[in-house]
Amino acid sequence: MYPSGMSGGGDSSQAMVKVQPDGSAVVTVGSCDIGQGCKTIMAQITAEVLGIDYEAVKVVNDDTDNCPLSFGTFASRVTYVDGLATKLAAEDARRILFEVAAVMLECSEDELEAIDNQIRVKGNPDKALPIGEVAGAGTFGMRKLILGLGHYMRDPAAMDPETGECDPFCTLAWAASYAEVEVDTETGEVEILRLVNSYDVGKAMNPTHLEGQIDGGATMGVGAAMSENLHPFYPSLDFQPDNLGDYAIPTTMDVPDMESVIYECPSTNGPYGAKGIGEMTANTPGPAIVNAIHDAVGIWITNLPATPEKVLRALDAKGA
Amino acid sequence: MSNVIGQRVTRYDGMAHVTGETKFVDDQVVPGTLTVKALRSPVSKGKIKNLDISAAEKMPGVAGVITAADVPCNAFGLIPDQPVLVGEDIRYKGEAIAAVAAVDEDAAMEALEKIGLEIEEQQAVLDPLEAMKDGAPQTRPEGNFQIWDDNNYRQVNLGDVDKAFEQADEIVESVHLHPSVEHAPMEPICSLAVPHAGPKLTIYTVSQALYFHLGMLCGILQMEPGDLHCKQWKAKTGSAWRHNTGYADLNYVGGTVGGGFGGKNDIMADHVAALLALKTGRPCKWRWTRAEDLLYSTFRGAWHITIKDAVTKQGRIIGRQMTSIRDAGSYASLNPYVVEKHCYLGAGPYFIPNVRVRGYCVYTNKPPASSMRGFGITPAAFATEVQMDQIADRLGMDPWEVRMTNAFRKGEFTPTKRILNSVAVIEVLQNLAAKAGVELPGHLKAMASTQERG
Amino acid sequence: MHTLELTVNGQGHKVEVGLKTTLLEVLRDKLHITSPKVGCNTGDCGTCSVLLDGVLVRSCITNALSVQGKSVTTLEGIIEPGDIHPLQKAFHENYGSQCGFCTPGMILASKALLDANPSPTRDEVKEALSGNLCRCTGYVKIIDSVLAAADEMKS
Ligand code: FES
Ligand code: FES
Repeated sequence: MYPSGMSGGGDSSQAMVKVQPDGSAVVTVGSCDIGQGCKTIMAQITAEVLGIDYEAVKVVNDDTDNCPLSFGTFASRVTYVDGLATKLAAEDARRILFEVAAVMLECSEDELEAIDNQIRVKGNPDKALPIGEVAGAGTFGMRKLILGLGHYMRDPAAMDPETGECDPFCTLAWAASYAEVEVDTETGEVEILRLVNSYDVGKAMNPTHLEGQIDGGATMGVGAAMSENLHPFYPSLDFQPDNLGDYAIPTTMDVPDMESVIYECPSTNGPYGAKGIGEMTANTPGPAIVNAIHDAVGIWITNLPATPEKVLRALDAKGA
Repeated sequence: MSNVIGQRVTRYDGMAHVTGETKFVDDQVVPGTLTVKALRSPVSKGKIKNLDISAAEKMPGVAGVITAADVPCNAFGLIPDQPVLVGEDIRYKGEAIAAVAAVDEDAAMEALEKIGLEIEEQQAVLDPLEAMKDGAPQTRPEGNFQIWDDNNYRQVNLGDVDKAFEQADEIVESVHLHPSVEHAPMEPICSLAVPHAGPKLTIYTVSQALYFHLGMLCGILQMEPGDLHCKQWKAKTGSAWRHNTGYADLNYVGGTVGGGFGGKNDIMADHVAALLALKTGRPCKWRWTRAEDLLYSTFRGAWHITIKDAVTKQGRIIGRQMTSIRDAGSYASLNPYVVEKHCYLGAGPYFIPNVRVRGYCVYTNKPPASSMRGFGITPAAFATEVQMDQIADRLGMDPWEVRMTNAFRKGEFTPTKRILNSVAVIEVLQNLAAKAGVELPGHLKAMASTQERG
Repeated sequence: MHTLELTVNGQGHKVEVGLKTTLLEVLRDKLHITSPKVGCNTGDCGTCSVLLDGVLVRSCITNALSVQGKSVTTLEGIIEPGDIHPLQKAFHENYGSQCGFCTPGMILASKALLDANPSPTRDEVKEALSGNLCRCTGYVKIIDSVLAAADEMKS
């Protein structure tokens, strides 16, 4: 289970969508792509709203002089919050295109749709104009800057200090993992044979990106469950690992066969029903592995990571 | 084309990545860039008795040395308790005390050795359980606990937990330790500050949150026209995070980050690089070594979690009490927020009518812990999901059944009384079972989140 | 200072280096070739990987003077400019890259593998990439990418 957006709300994101004279678009947001792929998602949303090709959208997110405000890339908020801001901005830009096209097609704005790189009268492919023609006419003929603006912010949530009662998040996504492990009772080594991850994502904006994020997060979960410990003699700082040989993040050899299954239970307010799952992908594999170890040999490892030493000690204690 | 949503379009910047065209902070080439190195505390707690940079400043190749005296507003963070460079009180081993900008790494390292430093070491507290005891040495002047309202914990209270324990058929309790974990993105912390006339600065940053850090750096540098003094400004707003002025003097350049995972939500290098760039008038780059990144950057602080559940014979959880202690390290960073999030949602995706969660945020003399992927929910999910299997084990039930019996249904609410309308715990479990090849009994297959609880 | 002569991506260079200078420093700081990344500088992560006379090495622990007269290939040099290598295409199409920081090293390690073994099994790919860390992808789609490229290169 994981929420989208900052706990307590109050986190803003803004977006600008500019339609160029040829009908292509530039979307500008202030959130960072830390690998999660927000540039792709913002381009997809812009293309969807304007009815243009994904390849016809450019994304700018690289500095604060040019990009509008975003609180940033954390709290699984970007697809949701920046996504809503981008959708609003693209709709705003589309509204300007419709204004222009309504004059050109001699119809009213609300009869129009943007689809297949055209602005056309809904359901009537004969009354249609290439979007580039509309954008060109709007820019040069009507002297417009076809720039759409969007801002999304969830209101800050009031909180009762005694009960904690509050409405702290936009939506929740749900996940579960299944692990099969083999435990060597001689050495204490645990091998993860199989890991299956099941997610509700609201709406799969881009299944490939989702799978990649689920694989990556699960691997981080595997690392935390099996090998990673910044303070091996916790709570002391002794023998703290200071290199990536000693701080053992998973390598290709540590990752089990992984499969994922995606379910779509739309959020009521997210863009196209989407939810943010970036963070939660690291949450469920760890407990699934620990529970699988119990299922295999009857011990509970409640102090991570499940090193061979801890496994052996627990087996000893159980035997005794 | 429309219907782009839901399509497997290729990654927007994928071509740039696979051709090596993507530029990260460390890949920016600005001629004349100086190398930054920091003098870090060798002790976990102490007082600086003497700090002498005069010899270091005169070393060949050294362009500038800064200490706390060079920082206009030496307190930053959402709760502005953290100095850019230690003035007097050292709170953790590795805390930066001074920084040098020199023509190359060798010159910078040699200069660091010439800095005179005398420290009176004090007793550090590294164990949060020790830090919570009466009379424990203070890790910080404000005390060892984060205070919320009048409490030294954040709480969520729903229903009557004590009564639930009286009514329970079984009481199941488990204790968990989720260790400290490092984000370890492949791109280490790095910052490049380039000065322009004005003075204005361009900061090339690994930040995950450009505007967040732009605002904070404005506060640290006090760059707004008219030079409002730090103290007045802080008195006015109570925060070193400013919304309204100074933005024109800084451009934060980034947006393409080599992995973050929450490890780049706090300013770690931009402030020092910026101060040295202002002092020397030259571009300054501070790239942390991997060792610095592992030892001194923020991390997921360890969690001690105790869960006690009141359970019926049928496997229904009627009461849950969670007591969670976060080892926050030495400064607030995002720790209080992490603990709040833990309290709101830590009890898991289950409808439990009586819940009591207490989250303690305890300060120790470790480097500041902060956000990491999953905030406070990752350790909570570990503890609660192992607990679910322990309940099943105790009752001799199938863990799938225990989970699905207790799973949220549509229209039910979380411990903070947030009503849920987009719920799919049961469906996610059914999908998982199907994919894993686990045959669920018929009544579990027939369950649905939209059915009302019987 | 000593003079180092080397070929990088087919082009000859002459640079002045010290006794401790690493190949990674020569590439990044002197020649401004930035695809090899500084992930650790201690030989543990593989983000600095390059091919030295066709052999995969970690340039951060390769002394610059030890490559005197040799030929280095970085990601920029695995194909003619403007063209795209099947591995690059496969990494792009199979989502083998997320943040992109490990990607140059991954692709070069994959190239070293496919040059030696054009039809690797999944396990052989894992083995060959085991020295290259990635914190984003969980490796699944990286391995898929390498296998896809191998298929494409055979046909
Ligand atoms: S930078 Fe060379 S192995 Fe990490
Ligand atoms: S894609 Fe980010 S480290 Fe591999």
